[in-house]
Amino acid sequence: MSIQRRQFVAAVGSVAATGIAGCTAFRSREEGAITGETLRLTTTTSTYDTGLLDELNAPFEDRYGVTVEAIGQGTGAALETARSGDADVVMVHARALEDEFLEAGYGVNRRDLMFNDFVVVGDADDPAGISGTTDVEAAFTDIAEAESTFVSRGDNSGTHAKELEIWDAAGVGDDEFGEWYLDGGGSMGEILTQTDQGGDYTLADRGTYLSMRSDIGLETHVEGPIEDGPDLLANPYGIVAVNPAVHDNVNYDLAMAYIGYLTGLESRERIEEYAVEGEQLFFPEAVSEEPNFQQYVPEGWDGADD
Amino acid sequence: MVLELTTGAPLVVDFPFEWHYIRSIIAVSLYVSLVAVALSTLCSLPVALLIGFTEFRGKTLLTSLINTGMGFPSVVVGLVVLFAVSNQGPLGSFDLVFTPEAMILSQFVLAAPVIAGVSLAAVSSVEQNVRDAAYAMGGTRTDVAFVTIKEARYGIATAVLAGFGRAISEVGSVLIVGGNIARSDGTSVTRTLTTAIQLEARQGRFETAMLLGAILLVLVLAVNAIVVRLGNDGGGRYR
Repeated sequence: MSIQRRQFVAAVGSVAATGIAGCTAFRSREEGAITGETLRLTTTTSTYDTGLLDELNAPFEDRYGVTVEAIGQGTGAALETARSGDADVVMVHARALEDEFLEAGYGVNRRDLMFNDFVVVGDADDPAGISGTTDVEAAFTDIAEAESTFVSRGDNSGTHAKELEIWDAAGVGDDEFGEWYLDGGGSMGEILTQTDQGGDYTLADRGTYLSMRSDIGLETHVEGPIEDGPDLLANPYGIVAVNPAVHDNVNYDLAMAYIGYLTGLESRERIEEYAVEGEQLFFPEAVSEEPNFQQYVPEGWDGADD
Repeated sequence: MVLELTTGAPLVVDFPFEWHYIRSIIAVSLYVSLVAVALSTLCSLPVALLIGFTEFRGKTLLTSLINTGMGFPSVVVGLVVLFAVSNQGPLGSFDLVFTPEAMILSQFVLAAPVIAGVSLAAVSSVEQNVRDAAYAMGGTRTDVAFVTIKEARYGIATAVLAGFGRAISEVGSVLIVGGNIARSDGTSVTRTLTTAIQLEARQGRFETAMLLGAILLVLVLAVNAIVVRLGNDGGGRYR
């Protein structure tokens, strides 16, 4: 009898405990700091226009009951928007500009996210004869010497920064840019269209190029590292939260949840599986067996060196 | 998922959008433009009437200023509004940046001078003898004003339509202050028809951009037709 009673009490107790646990679990989800909130992400047009973001954001929104508002801008503009506290998190692809952003204190907790590469694309008739080379500096020199029309982004984007880096490596100074060098002043898609309509060459990120290839008549002349091209054409994407100590209005909790989600295993799979016309556009690099401490700090940071 | 996308891409020439997507873009376009035009009309019409009915020093200067405002470059207005509503700006605490309300603000700035300028021209062009006649028949100042407004109603309707046309067809400022945001489920937050067209065009998808352009034209045509219809009905009733 007493044993039965004890069992009964234990049973009631455990039911009650489960119930309370259920309630508190439910309540803590209700009261969760991020449910129902909105994350504002500024990102580059290259991630925006390829459609990858929609693929990644929808499951995140479902899981946390939040909304993500993504704004596609050039890397420079995306960082500037974050600098004035109008964004919670930034996803960009120009390490030098990201480092500047971190060092000025506006960004915290940077993570490597994924990479793809740049390709030199252009008209099929290839007036400067650069097709098939793996020496992108030489290719750029040839374009300058042949005075073939080169359409530049000219918008302080990550691609523009990379293009200037290659011209610099090729030893072509900006004082040598003649009439053949056009400042297109637009997003990657616009520049590809402009090159298709009235230019010879441009530098494009592989993702945007692949997603537009069926609509334009441009060919790849110099491949990036994904297709065994030079490392100079590597295009790594990083994600940075805006520092809540500088802008106390930013949604830091949600930004970190987003960074955690994007750099997790589930997102790695989604990024890997995201393809346009059968080709993988981005290669995740957030999760790896080898630690990479450099991703958290500006490149060449003394404190992080071994 | 991947397969859908890969096979979906070349079929872009059919109807490429979810109906939900189109509907929410149209909704945002109309919401922003109509609210902006309504607010502009509320502010501009009294100003136009006041200027039209009174004589004062500097009237010509003020009129020129309003007419200059009709030509404000929308990108500049967008920039100024962005600075104002940005977190660091004077209106930063209202948290307006990248919201439809910020777009309303910039379209208000763009549409208000147009509505004021065209209404002012309409009111001023009501012939003096009409006003004199109303006055001579013993009308008070208010009566004279009503007669003038009635005579100028087509001009005023044109002013409101011109303001609406400016607002809904404008892309520069709404892109800057709105950010062209659509959620991942295709619900527009700050994406309007014009910014959606810009987005399609920058990706080289000219056919779909054209399609959206056609929708925009139909929309403007519909709003014009409704306003003209209302104007005619009103005329019939009061004549």
